[in-house]
Amino acid sequence: MIELLARHTLLRHLLVTLAAGVALLALTYTLSPYRNYQLATMAAYLCATAGLTVLVGLSGQLSLGHGALMAVGAYTYALMSAEVGDRGTTGPMLLLLPLVAAVVATAIVGGIVGLAGARLFGPYLAGLTLTLTIVVPAITTTFADQLGGDQGLSVLVEPAPASLGITFPLERWQAWIACAAALLTMLLLANLVHSRFGREMRAVRDDEVAARLSGINVQRTKVIVFVVSAATAGLGGGILAILTQSVSPGAFSLAFSLFLLMAVVIGGIGSLAGAVWGALLLVALPEITDSLADNIGSSPQLAERLDGNLSLAVFGLVLILVTIVFPRGIQGLVSAVSQRTRRSGRPPSSRPGTTTTEDPPTTTSSESIDA
Amino acid sequence: MDPFIFLTVDGLARGAVFAAFALALVLIWRGARLVNFSQGAMAAATTFIAYSVTNASGSYWLGLVAAVVSGLVIGAITERYVMRFVDPTQHLNAVIVALGLVLVIQAILGIIYGSQYRPMDVPFSRSPLSIGDQPLLSPYDIFVFVTVLAVMAGLGFAFTRTDIGLKMRAAAFAPDMARLLGVNVGRMLTLSWALAGAVGGLAALLVVPTELGAHPHATDLVFVYAFTAAVIGGLDSPIGAVVGGLGVGLVLSYVSGYSDNDLSAVVILGLLIGVLLLRPSGLFSHATARQV
Repeated sequence: MIELLARHTLLRHLLVTLAAGVALLALTYTLSPYRNYQLATMAAYLCATAGLTVLVGLSGQLSLGHGALMAVGAYTYALMSAEVGDRGTTGPMLLLLPLVAAVVATAIVGGIVGLAGARLFGPYLAGLTLTLTIVVPAITTTFADQLGGDQGLSVLVEPAPASLGITFPLERWQAWIACAAALLTMLLLANLVHSRFGREMRAVRDDEVAARLSGINVQRTKVIVFVVSAATAGLGGGILAILTQSVSPGAFSLAFSLFLLMAVVIGGIGSLAGAVWGALLLVALPEITDSLADNIGSSPQLAERLDGNLSLAVFGLVLILVTIVFPRGIQGLVSAVSQRTRRSGRPPSSRPGTTTTEDPPTTTSSESIDA
Repeated sequence: MDPFIFLTVDGLARGAVFAAFALALVLIWRGARLVNFSQGAMAAATTFIAYSVTNASGSYWLGLVAAVVSGLVIGAITERYVMRFVDPTQHLNAVIVALGLVLVIQAILGIIYGSQYRPMDVPFSRSPLSIGDQPLLSPYDIFVFVTVLAVMAGLGFAFTRTDIGLKMRAAAFAPDMARLLGVNVGRMLTLSWALAGAVGGLAALLVVPTELGAHPHATDLVFVYAFTAAVIGGLDSPIGAVVGGLGVGLVLSYVSGYSDNDLSAVVILGLLIGVLLLRPSGLFSHATARQV
C-alpha cells in the first residue's frame, strides 16, 4: 500500500486532501463561530500564500503585488456577484460564477504583469509589482463610480443553504467554502510542483541559461507560473470578499502584500506546507500583538498608536531575522527535525503527510561553484 | 492661456527631487548590486526627525541639517548592522530584508507620531513668480533646483576628483581587486549607504512639505516614482537617474495638469511596464555580456 502511494503522486495527494477535508469538516463543528471565521480567513490567505510560495520559492520571481492581485479577485467577485444577483440567480451559481470570474480576471492581470516580469530579474520585478500595489487606491478613486472609491463595495452573499438547517451558523458555512477553495488550491499546486512543469520551474530558477540549453522555454515557464500564482491569489481575494462581505482599497495596502510575502518567508520559501504555517501566522500574530498592545497601552492614545503598528513592527523584525538567521523558515525546521528522528531509528519511509519538495528552497548553482 | 510652460517648469522642479532620490538608489545599486527598497521608509524617518528638530528649534535649516545627518547615520547603520549579514548569493534575500525594514521603520514612526499628516513649513514662498502674465517657478522651486544641483555637483566632484571617490568606485566595480590593493571594501559600502541615506533624506525633505506633510507613508509614492526614474535611467547610471527623474516629473506634471482625475500613479505604472517591456535595462545602460 505504501509502495503504491509512493509511486502515485496524484493518488497520494488526493488521499491527503480527502483526509484534510474530513478533519477540517469535523473541526468546524467543534469551533466557535469566531474561530470558524478565523479558520476561513486563514484558508483565504492560504490560497494566496500557497501561490506566492510557488512563485517566489520555485520559480525565483519575487512579487510584492499579491495583495493587489487579491484586490483584483475581490473586486471582480463583488462586481460579478452584483451583476449575477441582479439577474435573479440564486443558490450555488451565485457563489461559483463570481469566484470563477475572480480567478479568470486575476489570471489575466497576472498574465500581463508576468509577460513584463518574465524579462526581468529580482529587483526589477519586485519594483514593478510594488508599483502595482501602490496603484490600487488610485484606480479605485479614479473609477469611484464603479469601484466605490475609498468606501469600496459591499458584496452580496447568501446565508448558508436552508437544507443545512436554520440554526446553521454562517461562519461555519464560510469556513466550508474557504477550506474547500484552499484544499483545491493546495491539491492543484502540489501536483504542479511534482510534475514535469515543476521541475522545469526549478531548473529556470537555478540557472536560466542551463534551463534554456536543456530545451526549456524560460519565458513561457515564468509567465505560466505567474499566471497560476495570480489565479490562486484571485481565488483567495474572492474568498476574502465572501468572508468580509465588502471590499475596499484599505484592505489591500502595501503592508498587506508585504504580510503575504512575510508569511511565505517565515513559513519556508518554496514549501506548500510552509504556506500553511504562514497563513496561520497571518491570522494568529495580529491577534497576539493586539492583545499585547491592549495590555501595554496605558493611555488610550498610546493604545491607538500601538494598535496595528505593533504587529507591523513584529512582522518586520521577524521577517528580517528569519531571512538572515534561518532562511528556510518554519517548514525547514520541521523537516530538519523529522529527518533527524528518522535517521536515528526507523527505516526510511515516504511521508505522505507533506507536500514539500526535498530541495532547499532557493539554492542556486552559483553557490556550488563558489563552494 | 495654455498652462504648458508652467506645467513644464513645475514638472522639472518636482522631477529634480525624484532625480535626487533616484540618485540615492543608484548609489546603493552601484555599490552593492541591490535596490534599497527601504529607501523610502528611511527618508520618512529622516523627514520626521527634521520635523521634530524644526519644531523644537524653530529653524528650518537646523531641521535640514538634521535630516541629512540622520540620513547618513541611518544609512550607515542599515548597511553595517543589517544588510552585511544578508546572504549575498540569494538575490531575493536583500530585497526581503529591506522590506522588513520598511515595516519596522513605518511601524516605529506610526507609534511615535501617530497616523495623521503633519504639515511642514518651507523657508521660501511657494507662489509662482510671473514674467509678464506667464506664471513660472516659485522661489521654493528655485531653492529645490539649486539644492539638487549642488548635491549632484558635490557627488560628481567627490566621485571623480577625490581619493575616497576613486576608492568607492573601485570597491563597487572590482571588489576583490580593490581589496587586494588595500581598499577597505566594507567601509566603502557603508559609506555608499550613508551617502544614499543622506541624499534620500534631503530629497524627501524637499518634496514632503509640498504635499500633505510628514506621515509614515508620505514617501511611499516618492519611492515608486524614484524607482521608476532609476529604472528608466538603467539603475547603473547617475546621468540616467537624473534624466529619468526629470522625465517622471514632467509626465506627472502634464498628467495632473491636463486630466481631471488623479491618474498619476496609474500612468507611472504604465510607463514602468512600457520601459521594462521595450528596454528592460534602461535607456542609459551599457551593453552587457550575458553572464553564464
